[in-house]
Amino acid sequence: MDSLTQKIRELASSILKEGTVDMVMGFAEGTLPMTSKPYMARTPEQADKFIWDSSCTMNLANYITGRKEKIGVIAKGCDSRNIVNHIVENKISRDQLYIIGVPCSGMTDKNRPDHLRDNCLTCTHKNPVIYDVLAAELIEEQKIEAPFADVKAIEAMEPNAKWSYFQDLLKNCIRCYACRNACPLCYCPKCFVDESGPQWVGKGQNETDIQTFHFLRAFHCAGRCTDCGACESACPMDIHVRAFTRKLNKDALDLFGWEAGLDMTKRPPLDTFNPDDPDDFIK
Amino acid sequence: MANLFEHMGMEKERLQFSWISSAEAGKFVNVATEVANSVEALGPIDKFVKKID
Ligand code: SF4
Ligand code: SF4
Repeated sequence: MDSLTQKIRELASSILKEGTVDMVMGFAEGTLPMTSKPYMARTPEQADKFIWDSSCTMNLANYITGRKEKIGVIAKGCDSRNIVNHIVENKISRDQLYIIGVPCSGMTDKNRPDHLRDNCLTCTHKNPVIYDVLAAELIEEQKIEAPFADVKAIEAMEPNAKWSYFQDLLKNCIRCYACRNACPLCYCPKCFVDESGPQWVGKGQNETDIQTFHFLRAFHCAGRCTDCGACESACPMDIHVRAFTRKLNKDALDLFGWEAGLDMTKRPPLDTFNPDDPDDFIK
Repeated sequence: MANLFEHMGMEKERLQFSWISSAEAGKFVNVATEVANSVEALGPIDKFVKKID
């Protein structure tokens, strides 16, 4: 067993033993080789199930939403940013949490196991942004020359080419909603796609309904998405759903100088008003 | 909103924003005419339209 897994088990089991927390949220081995699943340990013995490897792609912030217990949570860079989001959005309080930070050197793409995930290649927050204890030394962050080259490539297209790009992107979507369910931001008790009165969007496999689902879900993530990639890692059809949120992330950075989940004391740009906000879209 | 809309391939003229007071009749007429003209120039939309057969 590698030393990081060992360290995580030790830290988790000691806070459970001391009673610092009621449970610890981490990863256990999945049912297939090279996979992992979120796992909740409530006793020090259960903490021995924890693993850490490059298959830990899910975002654990997703599983602590609205919980009442004291929770230990294992957090790589992106998970920690979504934890900050959760705190800012009052989905959990800081004193309920004991965060075991894990500096992350990237997770693998389940469909291309010898490659890092696309979002990990451009990640500039590998180290957790908040933590109570670290399971390993902090690592050096990478500098990315052109962080949004993919978004710019789409921006440069003609309207019709853009439209075909997105039509093609979503053509295999089976509307299983795994992307939504894996996303820590998608915590509404009832998602707009599940509403029946009023029904905002058709529920079948109609192309326009699928596009509407993705378009609107992306909007709900504006200024909040941390590009953690959980949505894509969960997708059974290998759909690049981040194509939507990446554009919003780029805009949040360009228009508001904002990257989500970095600072517990700042309000997100879309829930504050500032007289200097860009307003040239208003005639 | 307009930005992602445009990013997906909608022409940006299809979604326009303005702030007009009830006392600004002239501005309302101008903006409405401008919007109508720019959309007319684009013609009917064929994207994001649900076809029911
Ligand atoms: S996980 Fe993939 S297939 Fe499922 S709804 Fe999301 S994009 Fe579609
Ligand atoms: S939209 Fe995807 S990348 Fe963004 S926070 Fe949600 S799961 Fe992570």
